[in-house]
This record gives sequence, C-alpha cells and structure tokens, in this order.
Amino acid sequence: MADPMKIRATTLGDSTEVKVLMSHEMESGQRKDAQGQTIPAWFIQNVIVTWNGRTVLSAQWGTAVSKNPFLSFKFKGGAKGDRIAISWMDNRGDKRSDETVIA
Amino acid sequence: MKAVRSAVALAALAIAPSLLAQGSTADEIAKYRAALQDGNPAELWEGRGEALWKQQRGPKNVSLERCDLGLGAGVVKGAYAQLPRYFADADRVMDLETRLVWCMVTLQGYSEADAKKNPFGNGNDRKSDLEALTAYITSESRGVKMNVPMRHAKEAEAYRVGEKLFYFRGGTHDFACATCHSEEGKRIRLQDLPNLTTAEGAQKAYTTWPAYRVSQGELRTFEWRLYDCFRQQRFPELVFGSDAAIALTMFLARNANGAPFDAPAIKR
Repeated sequence: MADPMKIRATTLGDSTEVKVLMSHEMESGQRKDAQGQTIPAWFIQNVIVTWNGRTVLSAQWGTAVSKNPFLSFKFKGGAKGDRIAISWMDNRGDKRSDETVIA
Repeated sequence: MKAVRSAVALAALAIAPSLLAQGSTADEIAKYRAALQDGNPAELWEGRGEALWKQQRGPKNVSLERCDLGLGAGVVKGAYAQLPRYFADADRVMDLETRLVWCMVTLQGYSEADAKKNPFGNGNDRKSDLEALTAYITSESRGVKMNVPMRHAKEAEAYRVGEKLFYFRGGTHDFACATCHSEEGKRIRLQDLPNLTTAEGAQKAYTTWPAYRVSQGELRTFEWRLYDCFRQQRFPELVFGSDAAIALTMFLARNANGAPFDAPAIKR
C-alpha cells in the first residue's frame, strides 16, 4: 500500500485551490536496470477528485508524469469545512484514497 | 552619427546575453526551486517519518517518542538546530542520524547493524526509515536559528577534526572538500558551489539540507551529502555515523550558527 497523500485545500473568493502530493514511483517503462532488463512501466492511471461527493476533476495519466507527482488545480465553489476526497489507481490496480476538509 | 550610435547599440546587445548568462543561470535555478517549493515531495518523507517516530516498533515494541535529541526526552521542536552535540549517555558527539540509531538500539531494542542497515533509500523497494525520520525531525526546526553548542571538550575536538578533514587533501585526485568549497563563484556544470569557509556560504548550504533531490526522486540527508562528496572526490567510502562524518557535520553546522534553519528543501 502506498504512503498517504498530502492534501491542502483552501477557498479564496468563489473558488477553491487544491494541492496534492502523491507518493508513487511513476516508472516510465523506458528505463533499464543494472542487468539491462527493461523496468516495467508502473504509473498512476486514473485520478478522481470529489467535492462533497461530486466529481470536480477526473484525469487519465500516462508515463510522462513525474515520480511523486504534485497536482494543483482550482474549481469554482467550495466552502470552509467541505470534504475533498482524492483517489488514484495505477496500472497494477493498486489504489489509494485520502481526504481532507477545505481550510 | 546615427549609424555609429546604432552600431554601438548593436555591440551592447551582442555583449549583454553573455554577461547575463552567468547570473541568470543561478536566477533560473532559483526560480525553478521556488516553483517546486509549493509541492515539495519532501513532505511525503516528513509524513512517513512522523508516523515512524510515533509507531511502536522493534523487539521492545516501543515508539521513539522518549528519544532524547539533546533538548530532553521526546523534544523534537528545534532539536536539529542544536545538533551535533555531546551526549553524556553515549559519551560521544552525535549528529541527528547517529542519535536516531542510538535511540533505535537503546529504546526499541534493534541491533546497531539493523538500525543503520539502510541509511540511504532507493526507490519503492528500499525506502529508508532513517531518511524519513530525519525529514520529520528536521522539519520541526524550520525557522529556528542554528545554535550548535561548543561547550564540551569533545564538541570542540569534533569541530577541530572536522576542520582538518575539510582541508585534508587526499585520494587519487589529491582533492579536499576545500578544493571546491573555499572560493567564490565555483561551480560543477551549472550548479553553483557554496564557499563553505564563509559564514554566509556555510549557512546557506547547511540550512537547506535535508532536501528532496528532483533528479533522484529521493529525500537526501546531510550525511548523504557528505557521503556523496567523498565519492565525488574519490575518497574512501565515508562510513555512516562515523566520527569523521560527525566531525565534518559539526564543523559545517557550527559555522552555520545564527542562520534560520530552512529545510527539508528542494534541490535540482
């Protein structure tokens, strides 16, 4: 199981800014190990962010995203105390879900 | 007259980019760091380290929360800004990593070999507990002024040994730390090298380790920094937690006194 995400969500005016750090190797599938064998691709494929249960961001990622990715985005709406939940699933089927409340 | 003036202007334009290049490289790297600072993955290590600190582990199944980092048992806030220091119970000057190993042995019952078998992590399969713990504890000193003590004779001795090591030339390349780090304006490729013989240089360097190295995707501690410098100057391998590692840390940490600690940082 992957390490927890670090999530920050703050409301400014009529929009909310969400910043997420995820712990993941994001192996591109392009690298080789010391024996010359290709290291298989291993990366987060789907990311879904919900605000009080309603999806505000849904993304499909590929191998070009960096290791330990940082995701930052804004959406219209959101108020202090609302729940922000984030989940991802990688190409091996590993999952991780974390949530926070808007500060 | 007009033609002359525009020729002069052209000449000035031609010179400007090369004059700008040196300063702007450092500026651009600084901008790059600032852009990344917001989402510094070092926080992932801090989070894991905090959990490890509080978790009951080891043969004795206790947490590290009673570990004395120099300010009393369990005090984490500001502890790193006063390390390395002399610890009477161990009768030795210790840096943070060495002290953590000490606590893992004395409190949690690990063997010393087990406690320090993985000081530097490598990817998902070899995560280092010591790096995570170091990230957490150092993060609790952010903003605290460096105040490394030199009251005990052994602290003064460590400082002197560290200073000697810093200037000691050896290895296949007849290199010393000072070869790269005792002049202004030196660099490796595009990376400016701090002049560690000045207070300002030592402060800027010491207060920004540990750091998340983007190029490695890992959080690296100050012991790692020294270990890798030794490798780069073709010295014998620097043994983790050795007197040599602690003495060099003591020399640089003490020279950084007075500056606010500002890590875990993020570096290229």
